[in-house]
Amino acid sequence: MTSAIELVAIDKSFGSVRAVRGVSLAIEKGAITGIVGENGAGKSTLMSILYGLYHADSGEIRVDGTPVRMASPHDAIAHGIGMVHQHFMLIDTFTVLENLVLGAEGGPLLAGGLAAARAELERLEREYGLTVDPDARVADLSVGEQQRVEILKVLFRGARILILDEPSAVLTPQETDQLFRILGTLKERGVTIVLITHKLREIMAATERVFVMRQGEVVAERRTADTDPEELAELMVGRKVRLRLDKAAPRPGEVRLKAEHLGLTDARGVKLLDDIDLEVRSGEIVGIAGVSGNGQTELLQVLSGIRPPTAGGFTVCGRRVDADHAIDPGAMRDLGLAHVPEDRHRQGMVAAFRAAETAILGYHDEPPFSRNYLLQTPAVGAHCAELMERFDVRPRLTGLRSSSFSGGNQQKLVLAREMARRPKVLLVGQPTRGVDIGAIEFIHRELVKSRDAGCAVLVVSVELDEILSLADRILVMFAGRITGEIPAERADERSVGLMMTGSA
Amino acid sequence: MKPLPRWADIVLMPLINIALAFVIVGIIVAVIGVDPGKALKLLVVGALGSSESIGYTLYYATNFIFTGLAVAVAFHAGLFNIGGEGQAYIGGLGCGLAILALDRYLPAWAMIPVAVAAAALFGAAWAAVPAWLQAWRGSHIVITTIMFNFVASALMVYLLVNVLIAPGSMTPQSRNFAASGKLPQVHELLDRLGFQVAPSALNLSIVLAIACCFLAWVFLWHTPWGYALRTMGHNPDAAIYAGTNLRRMTMLAMCLSGALAGFVGVNELMGVHQRIVLDFPAGYGFAGIAVSLMGRNHPLGIVLAALLFGALQQGGAELAFDVPTITREMVVVIQGLVILFCGALAHLPRPWLQYLLAPRAEP
Repeated sequence: MTSAIELVAIDKSFGSVRAVRGVSLAIEKGAITGIVGENGAGKSTLMSILYGLYHADSGEIRVDGTPVRMASPHDAIAHGIGMVHQHFMLIDTFTVLENLVLGAEGGPLLAGGLAAARAELERLEREYGLTVDPDARVADLSVGEQQRVEILKVLFRGARILILDEPSAVLTPQETDQLFRILGTLKERGVTIVLITHKLREIMAATERVFVMRQGEVVAERRTADTDPEELAELMVGRKVRLRLDKAAPRPGEVRLKAEHLGLTDARGVKLLDDIDLEVRSGEIVGIAGVSGNGQTELLQVLSGIRPPTAGGFTVCGRRVDADHAIDPGAMRDLGLAHVPEDRHRQGMVAAFRAAETAILGYHDEPPFSRNYLLQTPAVGAHCAELMERFDVRPRLTGLRSSSFSGGNQQKLVLAREMARRPKVLLVGQPTRGVDIGAIEFIHRELVKSRDAGCAVLVVSVELDEILSLADRILVMFAGRITGEIPAERADERSVGLMMTGSA
Repeated sequence: MKPLPRWADIVLMPLINIALAFVIVGIIVAVIGVDPGKALKLLVVGALGSSESIGYTLYYATNFIFTGLAVAVAFHAGLFNIGGEGQAYIGGLGCGLAILALDRYLPAWAMIPVAVAAAALFGAAWAAVPAWLQAWRGSHIVITTIMFNFVASALMVYLLVNVLIAPGSMTPQSRNFAASGKLPQVHELLDRLGFQVAPSALNLSIVLAIACCFLAWVFLWHTPWGYALRTMGHNPDAAIYAGTNLRRMTMLAMCLSGALAGFVGVNELMGVHQRIVLDFPAGYGFAGIAVSLMGRNHPLGIVLAALLFGALQQGGAELAFDVPTITREMVVVIQGLVILFCGALAHLPRPWLQYLLAPRAEP
């Protein structure tokens, strides 16, 4: 085996945290290599070192056997290494071609560079079979096509080694399959590919060799053919993990949340939500599957009272909400609706606040936290300590800044806050985004517990596995509409995946 | 690198910053041919050397506390209020109008609270317009508050020249307030208690300033509204999620900010001038931004920063008086350097301090 890249004893610390500890690994030339690990295991840090974004404290990087210095991404590109980021680095209003030449314009006048780029793009298309319209505006492309542009951008700069960071986070299962077919073609043409992911299914489907990282170290190297998801999960977490969630059959009761012809049109006239009908009963978990950006965010915003609907309406615990009868999130809480937002950093917490302050967000003007117009600091602290105990939030420091907790612990704190009042309806967006496997188990169990206690739970997630294991009933959203409903016991990745593209 | 210990961050860093500023000031002073040691001594003695100079230092500090707090309250809500100058001006107008209207009928114990309330109300009202424009129309508050400074200035000139001018006067200022519209001077009060201090402009406004500090602290950190206000400042999306009406909260924060700035009018007009005059805010509104920045937007820090700025103002005036080559503009340069080092370059000494204070390798 010849190695395209060798990393030797790489070490990297941030402050007192050793993010990468003595990692040595070799990436085989012309193959697809996977790197798996939980959030914070050091995969992205390691790849950022390889790409020149960070500098290793010690250790050596070898490309084709020769030691190199990666001072910046320029060096990496010069050595033929390219990176496709999880979040696309494209300019929406530019055409594909314009995006391609960005940073490599080739002279003070654009025309020459663009013409050369067009010729090069045609060559790449012929060679790798990556078709994309060079004159289309990026904003008009689908997410899968945008990713193709990202890959083309990297190839355009002459990369022979491609690093993909969580490439499927924004894709449907079908688009992911397509991506893997493209990667297969690239591999046949001799491109070396490194795939960073936390999805075991993708490792199994696409890679030939896999490195497992845990707490900054490479704990295992396997030939993909010789391993299975259970073993990889165990290696990632360091203990046995049950990938399937055990839960009893649901016992649905009264309808707590009911939407009829719910619609939302934004100021430009774009229909974000279109004629949505749904029903959530007490004692059941309804899951909403779909690729991110198909209206799930807006649905949660409307159902939680953050945005009023523009058409149709919905009923929460007997209260009717529509365009003429708007409601604010505070009043929703009073009705018994709790909301764990999709993006805890943007909505669910205040990074600069102490944990105790984040733990009363939304409830800050209610007793026992507020009495006689004053915040009751002792009661606030005690409440937070209780939540931390019940949901095993670590460290148990109520005075610590919210941003100092790990993603999983932040999520547990937000979840604990919203579940503390025993809500009648619980809306949960991306319950386990950026949360490690250990905490995922815990959060799923808590959601099922609150279902069994009679809460009506609506879960929105882009992780299809999560929806499949949590939900009793699955609704699929595509382009702002509900394109299908399917009971959990009859759902599988294929059937739901097809609905996610709106083609079923 | 380890982060600095709290005490070093809060106490040591500002002191080093001030020292650095004075090193540069010393060099500049030496260049224009004045002995830096002598100049520093004059500055310090001028600010703190006698009961009179301390009185003036505190009187200036009072204005800086009001405008610093005004900036801080808005800042905690994520709003950058640059309009302290105009709000102080219009606050003074409110206070003055109340006194001109009522000073012949009300005794001091009734006149003073009414005038103080009027200052707050007018200051708040002047801030409410940009706040409303921001909350409902999306006009950026930085732009509108700056523009409102000019509007306030023009309005005051018009009023003083055409409407409020004392009959028969050639200067654009109102008639003198009656005795009931005058805030007691601190030296008079101390005199009555048997302490002899030299007369200065220091008046009871300083008590109001300290009370405002305490109330601002309680409001921001110990009431649900303060909580919601800070949530909005840190993370507006989280505030919406929590059920806070951002429009109303913007109005609340700006009105409080404007009211605090308006109290400059109380200190200046009721405490010192005894009539409505032109240009009494004299830059205090703008300096409030620096005071708040230096005081880390915390009332206690603002008091300390205001004392420093007050001392610079008073000591600088004395310095300019004693040394002819050091002009008023030179004093402004000194203030500017302190702002530069404590504000814009506040983190300059951090790496050195981190190195110096880093725990040595343990055996």
